[in-house]
Amino acid sequence: MEPSLPFYILATLSVFSALMVVLSRKPVHSVLYLIFCFFTIGCHYLLLNAQFLFAVHIIVYTGAIMVLFLFSIMFINMNKESEPHKNTLIKIAAGVLAGLLFLVLLEATKGAETLGPPSPNESYSTVANLGKVLYGQYLLPFEIISIMLLSAMVGAVMLGKKSVD
Amino acid sequence: MEFILFKLVLVISVFVASLLIAMYSTYGERKIAAFFQDRLGPNRAGPFGLLQPLADGVKMFMKEEIIPTNADKALFILGPCVMMMTACMTGVVIPWGNSLIIGGQEYMMQITDINIGILYVFGVVSIGVYGIMIGGWASNNKYSLMGAIRGSSQMISYELAMGLAIIALIMTTGTLSIREMVQQQHGAHWNVFYQPLGFLLFIICAFAECNRTPFDLPECETELVGGYHTEYSSMKLGFYLFAEYINMFISSAIIASLYFGGYNFPFLSNLGLSHNALSLLGTAVFFGKIFFFIFLFMWIRWTIPRFRYDQLMHLGWRIMIPLALFNILLTALVVLWRSGQLG
Repeated sequence: MEPSLPFYILATLSVFSALMVVLSRKPVHSVLYLIFCFFTIGCHYLLLNAQFLFAVHIIVYTGAIMVLFLFSIMFINMNKESEPHKNTLIKIAAGVLAGLLFLVLLEATKGAETLGPPSPNESYSTVANLGKVLYGQYLLPFEIISIMLLSAMVGAVMLGKKSVD
Repeated sequence: MEFILFKLVLVISVFVASLLIAMYSTYGERKIAAFFQDRLGPNRAGPFGLLQPLADGVKMFMKEEIIPTNADKALFILGPCVMMMTACMTGVVIPWGNSLIIGGQEYMMQITDINIGILYVFGVVSIGVYGIMIGGWASNNKYSLMGAIRGSSQMISYELAMGLAIIALIMTTGTLSIREMVQQQHGAHWNVFYQPLGFLLFIICAFAECNRTPFDLPECETELVGGYHTEYSSMKLGFYLFAEYINMFISSAIIASLYFGGYNFPFLSNLGLSHNALSLLGTAVFFGKIFFFIFLFMWIRWTIPRFRYDQLMHLGWRIMIPLALFNILLTALVVLWRSGQLG
């Protein structure tokens, strides 16, 4: 099935904003473009008829994580003078590495099977079905991930406490 | 075709209604404040001062518009836009009434009934924070930035407790669609009786999310000049203030539909009225409930002084979140016990 017009509009927007994250001069602008980028990616989930994923993506990434990001960027006063300048060799090495990583990603996604947009009546993406799959078929990985998140959270609290004292 | 026409009419009427109600909330706010302080309130423009909101609107539009020289111009304009847009977006998923039958066809009095309605509201609310943050940062003013930081940290903190309070509600209703939640409260089975603690947590968080007293620290005049909108003038300031009133209206609507039965009222089906008349009556009752909650917002604003900032954070993280978690546990136990799975 051919991708629809909304997909092309959204895809253009997300690629544009992703580029602007790297290209804009002010750090706050970069973060705002990143927020917009996450938002458009969330909208891609809507096109795939996964409303729950869309909502969670918006709430968690766009709403919570990026607010904290914006927070810290606003507090750090980043000036052009204080920006450390790397030498040319490191810049070239970083460019080559990033290009190689991009190639690996391209290779990995090339073989993946293409999924067409599902029909609107398909119910696999409802919350109830998602819950059944998570708590039935994938119970063990789900629990392990939650323990990992918990330990990360405890660690973060410990680190935060140390810096206050 | 008729379907699209009906939805268009509904969209426009919800939009106009939220603007009008927000406009007259400013009038109501001033009248109620005057009553609480033994004054008369606005009484010059029109009978009982009823044209005062119009006069205020004209004043806002006519004022000189100032963008500070060192401000980030694009973001300075974007701030109030985001604020206003997110304020108007939430009305989409609220069921304003039951259905109307016109020409043998049933039309729902709700713009769209998405199956994740309540999460949609959360998503929009969480984006609303950016309006304050962008505006405060773009002003290039210390007080604005402080106000913005306070506002956003307050909203993040209370969003957590609000989400946890809603989880307990979702556990009892078993749905994320606001329409289904309202339908389950048919008669007098209002969720507030099943979730009293959840309701209390939710309404406190709603106050904090709307930046209303006692949680109006982002615009704490005594410390921060005008808060995040210190540098704003003219209609851009107007949008910030106006968005607050729209948010108040929408959160009253959400409180009414989640916990107070929405368009349902007791003895609804015993009146012997036709379907359409009942639906319209239900909508009227729903608006009555909304106006009560708007009044409650104002009542509390003019009665209670604001918190200190550390008290606010203490309340949010050390009291509200543990209480909300306790509420979830309690609800889970009751739900399991009622379904007979507790042994």
